Amino acid sequence: MTSTDLAIIMPELFLALYAMVALLGAVWTSKDAAASLLCWLTAAVLVAVAVWISLAGSATNVAFNGMFVDDAFARFAKVTLLLAAAIVLVLSEGFFSRRGIQHFEYPVLIALAVVGMMVMVSAGDLITLYMGLELQSLSLYVIAAIRRDSLKSTEAGLKYFTLGALSSGLLLYGASLTYGYAGSTVFRDIFAAANDGHVGIGLLLGLTFMISGFAFKVSAVPFHMWTPDVYEGAPTPVTAFFASAPKMAAMAMFARAMHDAFGQAVADWQQIVALMAVLSIFLGAIAGIGQRDIKRLMAYSSISHMGFALIGLAAGTQAGVTAMLIYMAIYVTMNVGTFAFILSMERDGQHVTRIDGVSLLSRKEPLTALAMLVLLFSLAGVPPLVGFFGKFAVLTAALDAGLPWLAALGAVGSVISAFYYLRIVYYMYFGSEEAEQIDGSMNGAQWVVLMVSALIMVAGVINLFGVDGLAANAAASLVVN
Amino acid sequence: MTVVQFVFYLFALTLLTGGVFTVVSKSPVHSVLWLILAFLSGAGLMVLLGAEFVAMLLIIVYVGAVAVLFLFVVMMLDVDFAELRAEMASYLPLALVIGLVLIMQLAMAFGTWELGGGVALHELPMGTPEGAGPHNTAALGLLLYDRYFILFQLAGLILLVAMIGAIVLTLRHRKDIKRQDVLAQMYRDPAKTLELKDVKPGQGL
Repeated sequence: MTSTDLAIIMPELFLALYAMVALLGAVWTSKDAAASLLCWLTAAVLVAVAVWISLAGSATNVAFNGMFVDDAFARFAKVTLLLAAAIVLVLSEGFFSRRGIQHFEYPVLIALAVVGMMVMVSAGDLITLYMGLELQSLSLYVIAAIRRDSLKSTEAGLKYFTLGALSSGLLLYGASLTYGYAGSTVFRDIFAAANDGHVGIGLLLGLTFMISGFAFKVSAVPFHMWTPDVYEGAPTPVTAFFASAPKMAAMAMFARAMHDAFGQAVADWQQIVALMAVLSIFLGAIAGIGQRDIKRLMAYSSISHMGFALIGLAAGTQAGVTAMLIYMAIYVTMNVGTFAFILSMERDGQHVTRIDGVSLLSRKEPLTALAMLVLLFSLAGVPPLVGFFGKFAVLTAALDAGLPWLAALGAVGSVISAFYYLRIVYYMYFGSEEAEQIDGSMNGAQWVVLMVSALIMVAGVINLFGVDGLAANAAASLVVN
Repeated sequence: MTVVQFVFYLFALTLLTGGVFTVVSKSPVHSVLWLILAFLSGAGLMVLLGAEFVAMLLIIVYVGAVAVLFLFVVMMLDVDFAELRAEMASYLPLALVIGLVLIMQLAMAFGTWELGGGVALHELPMGTPEGAGPHNTAALGLLLYDRYFILFQLAGLILLVAMIGAIVLTLRHRKDIKRQDVLAQMYRDPAKTLELKDVKPGQGL
């Protein structure tokens, strides 16, 4: 360890220290009364760290003998997830304080989870990867159950914990096999061990188990079963968090492990990832049709979206990783906006999550309904909104990588999933009078997030705000062609 | 017989005795005490091998924590060990066969285990290499706090999250009980709370 190593992990170090200081400060002073302030403060710190990282230049820095890699890819993922976490924190604050259920531990746990995610996306070693993953997962298990008096929240936490532990076991088993057959836990050494285009049977077994573990974290079929129950049961701000930052982190970690460690054996993992992508898209699209609860629907929507992002990964090329990053950035933006609306769904002070609650919203709140319409169309991938460009990028990448069947199936799946997004739009504009309608009012933060997110979906069409260029740089630092 | 050999046989015999009595002694509490003796002798053997870190770990973790936990469990749970023992007798032949198979498998594995350079395991010199380099505790410390610094610190953060989680999910502040207020206690002024009275004998207050 040298001071150079410490300088490279400085943002993580700073955030971890902030979390500890915030925890001690809140425990010593006012406990839960400081929760609101702490939410805003933590969000500000997250944004500050995001700015700090985005100004760090484009060099690739390796710390701790290759165990920690800070490159353009990691920075792209970190900035995305930091901003997403900050916005969700701001949204949560209003939701929790309105109901008087603040916990000062919530922002602290989010900050610690974000530290874990930052380590995940920067991992250059199987052990670092696992440590980051566990730090993130453990914090998420706790915040899923943070409303401990609610049966559903407790159930969500317990389910997530049990299944998460199982998936960690799968991942560790794969990691130990990989270590055994590659002779090292450092990615660049594993990369060297698998350099003749294919990996041996032992390493392949390790790779498969590790992919299973990753698939659980990104909730790809067939490891998606926890998603609907956890999304439905967890408090809505927590669901919003689950559907944004951790997804970005897990996907980036997945891509890093595949390309940094197994980049020479693309053919070996390509077929597994492609299969998971197709299954996720179709299961997410078809199972979502029957849902009546908007949080469950968002769970299936996220499964389907993860399938599309996985198409980018399955392409196995630099363009594929670029497409995946663009897709994830767009997905996170759309999701944060949509959840800003879901958090505001109330009727007589009670949180409503039934889909038909939005019935005839366009008559009461035409602007909100219009913003939601834009977001839902974008989620469905209707041109010319930004969501379409995400889908277009991954499908093109698959086509260029010689996987036309994957691109075709992706296009079909996207049409199917459009059904349930359009149904929400139908309810908003033509729903029935009898349904238990929501009040439709939103607080300031929710309104701003929803509007900005919808605006990005429209205005971003011009040049995607330069995200594609950043993503291309990021992918170039990850994939060696 | 050198001193080292003598000490080795002493610890080895104590270890075996401790192990046997752990199994055969009538009282479970005695079993745990014999187990502690076995752990201590094992630690002694580790010191002889030059693995003093493992020895201390054995004493701190196994004797200090695990065995004491066993002791509490054995004392607190009302388990009829005599009944369990009676049942065990009927399974003894099967247990012996399984034990024999396991020992044979181990022997076969060790017999054919060759390390790099074609050295069979049983031909290896015992103990840690003599001479230069730090003690193994220091060597482990150097690895843990230098090379694996980031992992070690992350493990610490994970434990912190586990602690926060346990408290968030289980701690309930009860309003209806009296709590100790340390500061209030310390700032109590005797002049304000104490009153001295001169009580006349035989009169009372």
